Parts: sequence; structure tokens; C-alpha cells
Amino acid sequence: MKIERCRLVFSGSGGQGVITASIILAEAAALYDNLNAVQTQVYGAAARGGSTRADVIISNAEINFPKVLQPNVLVCLTQESYNKFYPIIRPGGILLTDARYVKLNRKVDARQKSLPMYQNVMDQIGKPIVFNICMLGAVIALTKLVKPDSVMQTLSTRIPPGFLDLNRQALELGMSLGEQA
Amino acid sequence: MNTNVKFVQGNEACVEGALYAGLDFFAGYPITPSTEIMEHLALRLPRQGGKFIQMEDEIASMCAIIGASLTGRKVMTATSGPGFSLKQEALGFAIMAEIPCVVVNVQRGGPSTGNPTHVSQGDVNQSRWGAHGDHAIVTLTASNHQDVFKMTVEAFNIAETYRTPVILLFDEVVGHLREKLVIPGKGKIPLVKRLRTAVKEGTDYHPYLPREDGRLPMSDFGSVHRYNVTGLFHDMWGFPTDDPQIVKGLQRHLVDKIENNANQVLNYKEFYLDDAECILISYGASARSALHVVKNRRLRGEKLGLIELQTLWPFPNQLIREKCEKAHYILVVEMNMGQILREVKNAVHFPEKVFLANRIDGSLISDGDIRNILRIVQGKGV
Repeated sequence: MKIERCRLVFSGSGGQGVITASIILAEAAALYDNLNAVQTQVYGAAARGGSTRADVIISNAEINFPKVLQPNVLVCLTQESYNKFYPIIRPGGILLTDARYVKLNRKVDARQKSLPMYQNVMDQIGKPIVFNICMLGAVIALTKLVKPDSVMQTLSTRIPPGFLDLNRQALELGMSLGEQA
Repeated sequence: MNTNVKFVQGNEACVEGALYAGLDFFAGYPITPSTEIMEHLALRLPRQGGKFIQMEDEIASMCAIIGASLTGRKVMTATSGPGFSLKQEALGFAIMAEIPCVVVNVQRGGPSTGNPTHVSQGDVNQSRWGAHGDHAIVTLTASNHQDVFKMTVEAFNIAETYRTPVILLFDEVVGHLREKLVIPGKGKIPLVKRLRTAVKEGTDYHPYLPREDGRLPMSDFGSVHRYNVTGLFHDMWGFPTDDPQIVKGLQRHLVDKIENNANQVLNYKEFYLDDAECILISYGASARSALHVVKNRRLRGEKLGLIELQTLWPFPNQLIREKCEKAHYILVVEMNMGQILREVKNAVHFPEKVFLANRIDGSLISDGDIRNILRIVQGKGV
């Protein structure tokens, strides 16, 4: 990993799987890529249908302060979360949004990547449940934070074996979208 | 992957520590932000032969672990502020009857139901003086998962050694954040076993007669010895008494067994203290932010140091006095209105050099918050 310390914020609507995605990324970094990682998330009503947020810090060094104030990478999967969080992105950072859910209507000092992730998941896989893993694929293609293998290893400890292939497809789909962006 | 390495929440690190220490009975009532402790124990404890009970409320949970402890189990309950308030009466009973038990309070904002999903460190004094009457108690805390694990094991060891309740005072940030935990191999951390009496069946057993070293051997309640357990002042058989000599002796014993061993239960960490002109004193999640500031300022050559307290009670007065002797000023970093600040001011020779950097709005105190107070203390304005 080139970046010494990468701060990410994942935001969206409760149920889209942004918190799960943040945990999988952080766990992959901490357990399989020998990095330090810390994950935190908002609690309460937000996690049950409202706009939700999870913070991840990945670093070569020890991480003390665990919250993200200015993310290098900001992921917004709803218009509401985009409108709420776009001002906090670190200048020059990556702002990843889903083309179906978010209209880019702000001028932001960031690399704005609007990718048709949801559309591709529905067209090519047909299961919205892996939307978050597709998004995670795009994030790791854009940042090279962790190895795709590490994500798959993490997934294999968390989901039934029968669903692994579905997730692998989604991860690869997201990576190819991220690489083309 | 090594199964001893996990990526977990602080609450699960506490569960791992408790299981490592030999927890075999848990009773609780779920409450944010401590619920994950119950959830994980509901799954894990029965699998290894332990007992898990969700009780009707926090009071019953506390009473259940007291009963189970008397029968020889290693016990724990977990809660947050409102539940911790409910437990206080039974906690006082456990102090008086000298029942080893571990009570976890993952703090939220308060008073009352307060700010359930947000961080606070407002229960520091409640953990000391929540129960009425003169008493001593041990309260431990931690700022990262490795230490949450370690302090949880330590809590069980202290509870058994001194026959006392031990409070584990965590906070929402440490309880909920996820980071790496390495579980030490069996035997790496020594465990204190229940000290059982050698008195044989049919021979007079004195449950409240201390040995020379002050420890009181127990007998599993309901097995071979019959004895009384009460919240009243009691004699060496456990029967109520108002004999002034016995009342005085027991009162002294309850306080002395902990206060006289304060150094045995003292846990803390220090960072860059040798030449520190400004010393930060912090604990729990606040200590993570304090360490962040200290490390960054050291890179610039500023002489900052940090004392991270892990034993909050008994408060380490002597340690603070000695370590802070040469400091130009001291900054207590905590998320309340100055509960440890008061103790630090009492401990040092120059209370006017002690300042408070706090945050009380439910957000984790940040490095920026601490830096702003530092600037004011250093006379640099904001």
C-alpha cells in the first residue's frame, strides 16, 4: 500500500450494506494484509432505515483517534448522504457515488466518480443484495488499499459457502467498473 | 488465518477476556451500548458449558450473578448507565457480603436514559460511590481492545483475590469500534482461582473469618457447609450483629482490603514522561485522542507526555503526584465535567496547574479539541 494512512467514510441508507462493506474492508486489511485498521459506525435510528455512516481508517502505523473528520475516500450511495457529507471530503480525495441513486449537483474539490454500480449488479447478477460488495470492488480498484483475495477470504468467514460465488462476481464487477473510471 | 487473531468490537474483546478468565455464569438485560456483550455470550457461553440467562431487568441480573458466585461460579453482568443505577443496591450487597463478581458498564451519556448511542465518561464517580455507605471498590477501564481483554481478565483476578465486585468502566466508542485483537495463549496471563476452604464437612466453617493474609476462603453455597449471607453487618458466621467492635472491624476490613492493596490493583500506561513539561492524563476512548495529540506534538519537538489510567479506583494519588512533580502544567482529558480532574487536583501539590480538556456533547473528544485547550493553557489564545 502506498498511502500511509487512508481515511474512508461509507454513507448511504440503512439496509444498503454500507456498514457491512466497511467492516469487510477493515477486517481484510487488519487480518489478511497485515495493516492496522479501525472501523466505527453511527448507531441508533440511522442504522435502521435513515441515512447511515461508517468510518474506516487503514494505516501502516498505529491508529489512535478512530473517527474520520476528513475522508480521503467518501462513498455516498444515496442523494441524502451525498448532500450531507460531500463538504467533509479531503481536497483531492475520491468521491464515489452510484449513478442511479446520486445526482452530482455540487462543485467538490475531489475526483468525483459516479459509477453505474447498482444498474450493473441488477443487469449482470440480478441480486441487489451484493450491491455493497460491488461498491467495495470499485473502492479497492480505485484505492488499491487491500488485495481482492483478502476481501474474499474475509467474506468466506462471514457468509455461507453457497453465496461466495455471487459475491466474487459482484466484487469483480465493481473492480472492473472502478478500473475503467 | 490464526484463529487467535480477531477483528472485533470492544464489547467482544470484553467477552473474549471474560471467557479466558473462566467466566461460567452471565446474567444480564440488554442495553445500548453494551448489548453486544450479551449477544456474544448468549452464543458462546452455553457452548462451553456455562450458563447464560437474560433476566427480567438489571436488578434481577445483578442478584442472579451474586447467587451464582456464591455457588462457586465466575460471574459477570453487563449494562449501561440506567442499568448501572438499578444495580447499585445489589452491588452494595455484594460489597458487604464480599461476593466476587464483575460488573461491566459501557457508558453512554446521562443522567437518566440520556444519550444512548453516544459516548460519555460520566459514570466515573457513580462507579466509585454509586452504592451507599462507606466502602472501597475497584474500577478498571481501557482504551483499546488488547487492553479491554487484559483488564477484563484482571477484573476477574481482582474479584477473586479480594472477594469484591470489580467494575469495568468502558465507553461507547471503545465498546463499539472494531479493531484487531490477539487472544493470548492459555496460561500467558495467570488466572486467580476461587479460594475454597479446607474445612471439612461437619466442621464449623467461618465464611467471614479472614486468613492471616486477609483473604477469606469460600465454600460453595448449597454444598457441604451451612452459613448465612446478609447485607447487614455480620459476624464471622455471617449472622447479623450490631456489636460495635464487630461493626467497626468489618467496616475497616471492607475498606482496607482494597485501599491497602491499591498498588496491587494499580494499572496504568505512560508515554514520553521522562522530559515532559506538559502531562496529559486520560483514560478510555479519550486516551486515544490524547495519545494522538502527544505523538503529533512530539514530532514537532514539543515535550508532551501522557499518563493513561486503567485503574480509576482506588485513585492512584501517589502515582499522579510523583509523575507530575516536574510538569509545568497538567491537562486532564475526559468526556465529563471533570470527574477525574477533581481527583488529580487533590493528588498534586499544585492544583492551579491542572486544567480540563473535555467534551460533553456525545461526540468523541478530538485532537483539535485538546489542541485548542492546550493553546489557551500555553497562553497562545485560540
